[in-house]
Amino acid sequence: MTIEALDKEASLYRSEFDRLMERIRKEEPKWLSELRESALKSFCGMGFPGDGQEEWKYTDVSALRETHFRPVREQEKEVTAEAISGRAFADLGCPTMVFVNGRFSERLSRMEGLNGSVQVKSLSSAVREDGEVVRGALARHARHEQHPFVALNTAFMQDGIFIRVPKGRVVEQPIHFLSLTAASQEAAMVSPRNLVLAEAGSQVTVVESYLSLTEGSYFTNLVTEIAAGDNAVVNHYKLHQESRQAFHIATLQIHQQRNSNVRALNATLGGALTRNEVNAVLDGEGAECGLDGLFVLSGTQHVDNHTRLEHAKPHCDSRELFKGILDDHSTGVFHGRIVVHPGAQKTDSKQTNNNLLLSNDALINTKPQLEIYADDVKCTHGATIGQLDENALFYLRSRGIEESTARSLLVYAFASEIVNRVTVEKLRNELDDYLFAWLPGGELIREAV
Amino acid sequence: MLEIQKLCVKAEGKEILKGIDLTVLPGEVHSIMGPNGSGKSTLAQVLAGRESYEITSGKVLYEGEDLLEMAPEERAQKGIFLAFQYPVEIPGVSNTYFLRAALNAVRKSRGLDEVDAMQFLNMVREKMKLLKIDESLIGRPVNEGFSGGEKKRNEIFQMAVLEPKLAVLDETDSGLDIDALKVVADGVNTLRSKERAFIVVTHYQRLLNYIVPDCVHVLHDGRIVKSGDKELARELEERGYGWLEEKAAAEAR
Repeated sequence: MTIEALDKEASLYRSEFDRLMERIRKEEPKWLSELRESALKSFCGMGFPGDGQEEWKYTDVSALRETHFRPVREQEKEVTAEAISGRAFADLGCPTMVFVNGRFSERLSRMEGLNGSVQVKSLSSAVREDGEVVRGALARHARHEQHPFVALNTAFMQDGIFIRVPKGRVVEQPIHFLSLTAASQEAAMVSPRNLVLAEAGSQVTVVESYLSLTEGSYFTNLVTEIAAGDNAVVNHYKLHQESRQAFHIATLQIHQQRNSNVRALNATLGGALTRNEVNAVLDGEGAECGLDGLFVLSGTQHVDNHTRLEHAKPHCDSRELFKGILDDHSTGVFHGRIVVHPGAQKTDSKQTNNNLLLSNDALINTKPQLEIYADDVKCTHGATIGQLDENALFYLRSRGIEESTARSLLVYAFASEIVNRVTVEKLRNELDDYLFAWLPGGELIREAV
Repeated sequence: MLEIQKLCVKAEGKEILKGIDLTVLPGEVHSIMGPNGSGKSTLAQVLAGRESYEITSGKVLYEGEDLLEMAPEERAQKGIFLAFQYPVEIPGVSNTYFLRAALNAVRKSRGLDEVDAMQFLNMVREKMKLLKIDESLIGRPVNEGFSGGEKKRNEIFQMAVLEPKLAVLDETDSGLDIDALKVVADGVNTLRSKERAFIVVTHYQRLLNYIVPDCVHVLHDGRIVKSGDKELARELEERGYGWLEEKAAAEAR
C-alpha cells in the first residue's frame, strides 16, 4: 500500500477512534483505553493487508479498505424475541447471551439453567466487576502488534461474552453467544470480542453464532480468545450465516496448557467474504487440539480458512479437517500452517483439507505449510479437490435412485463427516436442516442420517 | 426379455464390443465367460447404463423397449439389476437408507406403496439371514470398511431385496472363498423363477457348479465366439480359453 493511502486510512480510523474514546473514556478503566490506543497505533502502522502479503495472497480485502466501514452506532434496534425465535441457529435450547449490533441485549438473552459455578456475563460487565481477571487475560494471546484485524478489533471492541469456568467445574449445558446484526446504518462495522477462560480441570462447550436480521453490507470483525488451563476440556463452535453482502473476519486464538483438550469447529454458510483465522498454541505437554471446518458456498461467496497450529511443547496431538463445498462462481482458500518448535518432540499432527467443486467455475486454493524444528515428530497433511465421484453416482443410480437425489446424497455425505462431529444436538440438527434446504431435493435425503 | 443386436461399444476411443448378439428369455440363466479384457464387464456395465461407454452401433431391447435410451435409474426401476464387480464405498450414506430408497424407487415405478423404516427392516431380516449378513452391517455406511466377501454378499443381498426381473452378476465370484461362493449361489438360486432371468459374468467355471446355467457364451475380443450349454463351461475349465482364441483367430483369417 502507498504511504498516502495508509495515511488516509489511518486518519479515517483515528478520527473514528477519537470519537469513540470521547464517549467511553470516562466509563472504562485506564488500562483498557491504553490497550485500545496501542492497538490503534498497530493498525495505523499496518493498514489493511494487501498486495504481496503471503498470508493474504488469495483473499482480496480491498473492498474493506475502500468502503470505509465505521463503528456501528450502538443503539439496540427494535428486535423482538419473536423475530428471532423461529430463526435457524438462534435458539439452541441452551443458555444464550444475545448481542444486537454488538451490544448486549438483556431483554433477548436467556440465561436460566446455568448454575452458579460458572461465570457468564458480558465482557463489559466483566471489565467492571472482575477488572483484574480481564486485564490479565484480555489481548494476552490474541496479539495486535502483528495482525491488522486483531488490532482493529482491539481498538474498537464493543462487547462480547465472558466465560470463566473455575477450577474443576464442569458446565453441562452449552453456552451460546448469539450475535445479530440489524444494521440500518450504511457500512457499519461490528466488533465483537469474546473471552473464554477454562481453568484447570474444567469443562465447557461454547457456541458462537453470527446471524443477520437484514440484508445489506456490513463488516463483522471479531476476536475470541480461549485459554485452556491444565487438563481443561473446551468445545468451541462458531457458525455464521451473515448477509450475502457482509464481510466476516474472525480470529480465534487458542492457548492450551498441559493435557488440555480443545476442539474448535467452524461452519461458514453466509457472507460475501469470510476469513476464519484459527490459531492455537499447544503450550503444555500432552495437549490435544482438533480444528474442524465446513464451508458451503454458492454465488460469488469467498471463504478463507487460515489456521496456524503451534506445537510449542512435546507430546502434543493436533488434528485438522476442513471440508469445502463450492458451487457456482464461489472461491475458497485453505491455508494451514503447522509450526513445531525446537524441542517439541513426539508431536503428532495431521492436517486434511477436502474440497468438492460442484461447478466448473468454482475455485479453491489449498496450501499446507509445515515448519518443523524438531526431529522426532509425525506430521502429515493432505488435500483433495474434486468433483463428485462418478463411480458412486453410477452405483446409486443403478439402484434406481434419481440422479439429482444421488448427487445431493453424495454432497450431504461429504459434509456429514464434519456435521457429525458437532456435539450440540440442536446445532447439529439445524446444520443438517440447512444442508437439506441447500441441496436440490434435499428433503428426500433427510432420512439418510 | 432382453435382446442384444449387433452391439458395438467403444471406451476411450477403443473398440471393446464388436457386434454382440444375445437373446435372454424369462426364466433363463446365461453365463458369459471369457478371458480378461474380452469385454465381459463392459457388456455388464453397458446393460446397467454406465455413461462412460460410447455405443457406436447396435440395439438393445428390454421387454420390447429401447434400453439404451434409458437412464441408469430408469433401468433399475424397470427391473434391471447389476451386481458390481467392484462395489463402491459410499461413506456417510447408511446401507439401510440407501437400500430402502432404492426399494421405494423400484416399488414406486411398479405402482406399489413405499415402505417405511419398520416395514423395511421386517422385510429384509429374513434375507439377511439367508445371505448370512450380520444385522449390524445394515446400519453401517454403504460398503465402507466391508471386506471383499462382505461387499459381494451385500450386492446379492441388495438383489434379493430389489427382486429384479433381469439380474446381471459381474464377476461376483472373484475373490470369494468356497463358503462365500455358496452363500452367493444360494442367494441367486432362491431367486430363480420362471419370470426372472440372470446373466452371470464370470472368469471361472467354479460358480457354475452352484448356479447351473441354461446357456454359456464365450466372449473373446469383443465377440461371442462360442455358445453352448453347461457342458461348455466344463470344457473351458479343462482346456482353458486358448483353443477358442486360436479358433477365433483362424476364422478371422
